[in-house]
Amino acid sequence: MLDFSKTKVWGIIILLAAGIFFAVPNAFPEKQVSAWPEWAPRAQMNLGLDLRGGSHLLLEANSDSLFETRLESLEDNVRVEMRRAEGGAIAIGDVSLRGDRLRFMVRDAARVDQAVDIARGLTQAVGVTGARDYNVTVEDDNRLLFTPTPEGKADAVNVAMLQAVEVIRRRIDELGTREPTIIREGDDRVVVQVPGLDDPQALKDLLGKTAKLEFKMVDVDADAQQIASGRAPPGSELLMNADIGQPMAVKRRVIISGDQLTNAQQSFDRGQAIVNFNFDATGARRFARVTQQNVGKPFAIILDDVIISAPTIRSPILGGSGQISGNFTVESANELAILLRSGRLPVELNVIEERTVGPDLGQDSIDAGVFSSILAVALVMLFMVATYGRFGIYSCIALALNMTLIVGVMSLLGATLTLPGLAGFVLTVGAAVDANVLINERIREELRKGRRVMDAVKTGYEQASTTIFDANVTNIIAAIIMFWLGSGPIKGFAVVLTIGIVTSLFTAVTVTRMFAYFWFSRREGRIKELLI
Amino acid sequence: MRLVKLVPDNTNIGFVRWRFVGVGVTLILIALSIFGLATRGLNYGVDFAGGLKMEVGFEQPANVDDVRSRIGALGIGSATIQEIDSAEIISIRVPLQEDDNPDAAKAVEAQVLGAIMEAYPDASLRSQDVVSGKVSGELIRDGTLAAIVAMIGVAIFIWVRFEWQFGVGALVALVHDVVIALGIFAWTSLEFNLNIIAALLTIIGYSLNDTIVNYDRIRENLRKYRKMEMIPLVDLSVNEMLARTVMTSLTMAVALIALIVYGGEALFGFTLAMLIGIIVGTYSSIYVAGPILIWLGVGPDSFLPEDTGAAERVSTRP
Repeated sequence: MLDFSKTKVWGIIILLAAGIFFAVPNAFPEKQVSAWPEWAPRAQMNLGLDLRGGSHLLLEANSDSLFETRLESLEDNVRVEMRRAEGGAIAIGDVSLRGDRLRFMVRDAARVDQAVDIARGLTQAVGVTGARDYNVTVEDDNRLLFTPTPEGKADAVNVAMLQAVEVIRRRIDELGTREPTIIREGDDRVVVQVPGLDDPQALKDLLGKTAKLEFKMVDVDADAQQIASGRAPPGSELLMNADIGQPMAVKRRVIISGDQLTNAQQSFDRGQAIVNFNFDATGARRFARVTQQNVGKPFAIILDDVIISAPTIRSPILGGSGQISGNFTVESANELAILLRSGRLPVELNVIEERTVGPDLGQDSIDAGVFSSILAVALVMLFMVATYGRFGIYSCIALALNMTLIVGVMSLLGATLTLPGLAGFVLTVGAAVDANVLINERIREELRKGRRVMDAVKTGYEQASTTIFDANVTNIIAAIIMFWLGSGPIKGFAVVLTIGIVTSLFTAVTVTRMFAYFWFSRREGRIKELLI
Repeated sequence: MRLVKLVPDNTNIGFVRWRFVGVGVTLILIALSIFGLATRGLNYGVDFAGGLKMEVGFEQPANVDDVRSRIGALGIGSATIQEIDSAEIISIRVPLQEDDNPDAAKAVEAQVLGAIMEAYPDASLRSQDVVSGKVSGELIRDGTLAAIVAMIGVAIFIWVRFEWQFGVGALVALVHDVVIALGIFAWTSLEFNLNIIAALLTIIGYSLNDTIVNYDRIRENLRKYRKMEMIPLVDLSVNEMLARTVMTSLTMAVALIALIVYGGEALFGFTLAMLIGIIVGTYSSIYVAGPILIWLGVGPDSFLPEDTGAAERVSTRP
């Protein structure tokens, strides 16, 4: 059992060398490592935000807001198709969008069936099952109702989230921070992690805005009294005007939207911060046409349903570029420019969890954590050597190798070390120490029974191995279940634990046994006594 | 040179003889823990309670009472204010309204920070967590589920590797450790957050390790000494493993004390939980996991070859 074939010895040495190889970058500062040649290992173990500072945001899609835009475009389609209906336009009215439903009335009761056919034609197939995205039903004889099917809902959320992740990435890139982590979680959530951010509030501000930019005409005929009582004239809506702090009536029809922007930049106009923008070709044509037709009339620039300014068109704007002025500071103008450049979020995202660790705390935690861990390991080693002598030294080398291997494997896998991960690390070190204690105590026991040294060592390893196996497999089972069911921190713990148990079994049992084998084979048969 | 021996060779301590005392102590501890949990409850951090948590750092130790009264004057609900690191850092927890409005959190944060900065201009925000009620509910659910399923999974493995009594024994010992650890958190009012869950998982892992090591020796001895009564056999096994138990527990304890003393505030809560867990876990392996085997009627015949299904597990070594 103590015998090791040459192949096995080399196998073990190569494994250890590989582990050390991949762990090496962690001993150097990141800047230095990134300059290393191609063949060198350059991956470092990630430190979680709790250890190095940064922001963690969990965002959840507000599905009501998701359907708002989808239903608006559906409404447009319904109007167009009803107008084009065979046998003359079908008059509709009383259109309402509520939540995820669209409702409207068909004025001519005789044509309800035809309207339903047209409406059904507007729904689309989603997924492989061929389900439609909306159900069309009739209620009160002449009202048509679009309700999203479960498949339609899921598809809408899915598409929106895919786009949202892209938009978030563009926005964060604009902030110029490095290596943000943006991961979709579950159906309707996104986790955003940005390490070492100086101003987490800026991040939150950027992500918390949908950035839906719209240009609409101001409804100049609206009655001031009516506006004050909170009612809008037909075809118009009331929106808050941030500039004057009062609601204002604007036409519901969107002249042009932010989707047609190609660029936006913060700039100055007569000392005032503004945002310059450019439309794409279609947008530019449309903008030119509308401004030509409406010279002298005010239009509203609306961001996320708030009017940011309502300038009057002095002359037609033909070049496809324009500017937004409002009560901007340089920062807020710059933020708006970033938002417009990176596009609107297809769905409103709410921050449902936010964790920010300042860079100071992160550094303090690392320093204290590193120092105390080194101290802890040093004490453990001292203990082991004082108790088990030669085999204690073997255990210490194995322990050092074990920790190097864990770091190596974690770097290779790109795993993240968090505070709970550190707890897993401690447990692993404990398991490794325990394995050696079990082996060494067993060797002591066998020696007491009067066995020869080599026999005692051999039996010690054999007998202790069953116990060590049982104990560690149990922990691995627990770790895997935790990884599978647990959330963030528990996962972090489980990852380190799983890696650590495998490496500690390898180092604490196999590697120390190899050391013992080297010792015996060097002084074959001459070992009469073992101080343990 | 003489090596250190923490436990003399061939000890013969009658552990099992004291099992009724052990059970008494256990029951009292469990009763106290449950009582504490029922009456005082856990001091949930924002992870589980939801809300806003800020840690504000000061150049000079701040007057906590002053900070408390300033925040109290804001009228933002019942804030929990604790000092960390001799009042150079103050942790402030504020429950948020149910509506999970992100702007609400922002407003409260600005208010609190403003009130503090007014009196202590050098104060700075070190960290800040906002967890909505929805997320905190999920965190509790996921954490509890993961821990419970892990415990059951482990018990099943032990049942397969040993016998059902061992699985039950290990499970009871684990529940015991977790309940007592929770009880200590209830009585000390230490903040209970997600990191503490990680510490509890570590306790489960450690205690399990300890229990299995003892069980393994019991199984070995059951096969070796077919005629021995169960009580002396458990005693013998525990005594044989005593050197190992003491050595491992002490080593871990020494390492953890280093982490508690020098690890800083970030590590304090969970290293302390782990130290408590190691003490409780070591105790439970001997006084909970052992006696349960006796009560559940494990005997030398538990590992006989006739026992179908267990046959392949029987050692063939002399």
